Amino acid sequence: MPRISTAVGWRDRLGHWAMRWGIGRQRYRVAPGLYGVGAPDADAPVLVTANYKMTFDLLRRELAGVSAWLLVLDTKGINVWCAAGKGSFGTQEVITRVQATTLAQVVRHRTLVVPQLGAPGVAAHEVARGCGFRVVYGPVRAKDLPTFLAAGLRATATMRRVTFSPLERLVLTPVELTGMLRSSLWVAATLLLLGGIGPQIFSLAAAWHRGGAAVLVHLLGVLTGAVLTPVLLPWLPGRAFAAKGALAGAGIAALLLPLLLSRGGALTSVAAVLAITAVSSWCAMHFTGATPFTSPSGVEKEMRRAIPLQLAAALTAVLLWLVSAF
Amino acid sequence: MLDEKLRYLKDVVSLQLNREKCIGCGLCTTVCPHAVFDLVDGKARLIDRNRCMECGACARNCPTAAITVHPGVGCASAIVHSWLTGKEPSCDCGGGSDCC
Ligand code: SF4
Ligand code: SF4
Repeated sequence: MPRISTAVGWRDRLGHWAMRWGIGRQRYRVAPGLYGVGAPDADAPVLVTANYKMTFDLLRRELAGVSAWLLVLDTKGINVWCAAGKGSFGTQEVITRVQATTLAQVVRHRTLVVPQLGAPGVAAHEVARGCGFRVVYGPVRAKDLPTFLAAGLRATATMRRVTFSPLERLVLTPVELTGMLRSSLWVAATLLLLGGIGPQIFSLAAAWHRGGAAVLVHLLGVLTGAVLTPVLLPWLPGRAFAAKGALAGAGIAALLLPLLLSRGGALTSVAAVLAITAVSSWCAMHFTGATPFTSPSGVEKEMRRAIPLQLAAALTAVLLWLVSAF
Repeated sequence: MLDEKLRYLKDVVSLQLNREKCIGCGLCTTVCPHAVFDLVDGKARLIDRNRCMECGACARNCPTAAITVHPGVGCASAIVHSWLTGKEPSCDCGGGSDCC
């Protein structure tokens, strides 16, 4: 049985940092199977986890001083929550892994500690029927595990609730931002091209000046929607993310209005305000995927309402801006 | 605890509880990450339905199928992806969005 350390080295940290920025997010996985931390014996608890390396590292780091077995499921390198939604962190995989590792011969007890966020994929009563192990749901956060274990597998109400603090929101923004910036390359290329259109049909200088300014406006919208809005989430009025993003965008645009008016005319300024609002709203709406409290029914509802408005605002902005060249 | 100001849209979720079928095992109160249920007089009760994010944990773990919910991912990128491809929304929406 492989024994693993609870120390997370600089290589792991570098890997985590790269993951946060969306570099090489694929194939960051651990081999499924049974691992030991500390000096586990036949009575040591069995903690079930996913084979996403970031999850695995987070878990072992929190287990300093604890002796336990880790049953790593094959979730194709995906974290517990997402894999549970897909079902790869699921009843069948738990049963298969318990049997493949002959867990019943390694431990004397018949209890599996499954992370609470794995519950969407795991039916406790079916696991019991399928392999004879009783499922006890552990806390939402790995850092509460030592306390949970010491308390005889009991979680407090707080350990059972998900949180979404400003810091938790902030660490999610890099991936959000890199994703949005990737698609922004196409937008930027289009804006530079369109920016060249003017009285002299096409001018490279205009492409650079007008197109470049439009790209900056777009980036400002992306930053407002993908970074500022997530961080300010609870303080922005409204419930729909698209609305919160639009408000933040309009607010930023209003602050910049004097600058916009001094640089361009009224038409371009109106175009910029509309564009920042629409882009910010769009990016904020996409942040729903990173939050732990948005329901799919809700997201779909807000999208059906917001997307036509976002499109209308963006198209009007582009038209006004194109007209302003003449 | 989730910031109480972080509340999502009202009256949209598909969550339903049939109290007739409930045997009061309490598992739904354990697995729900948003404390949507509590247990009174040996039966589960919805205390705040609007907090539900439709993760499906409660329904999956209810031994008597007293709970129904249409589970899914509350992720705009996944939904756009499903509109374009006609598939069920799931976390692998491609893109950079951090559903996973
Ligand atoms: S679907 Fe998830 S969030 Fe909604 S009530 Fe059930 S466990 Fe709670
Ligand atoms: S899981 Fe089902 S049976 Fe158990 S308390 Fe909840 S609703 Fe009742």
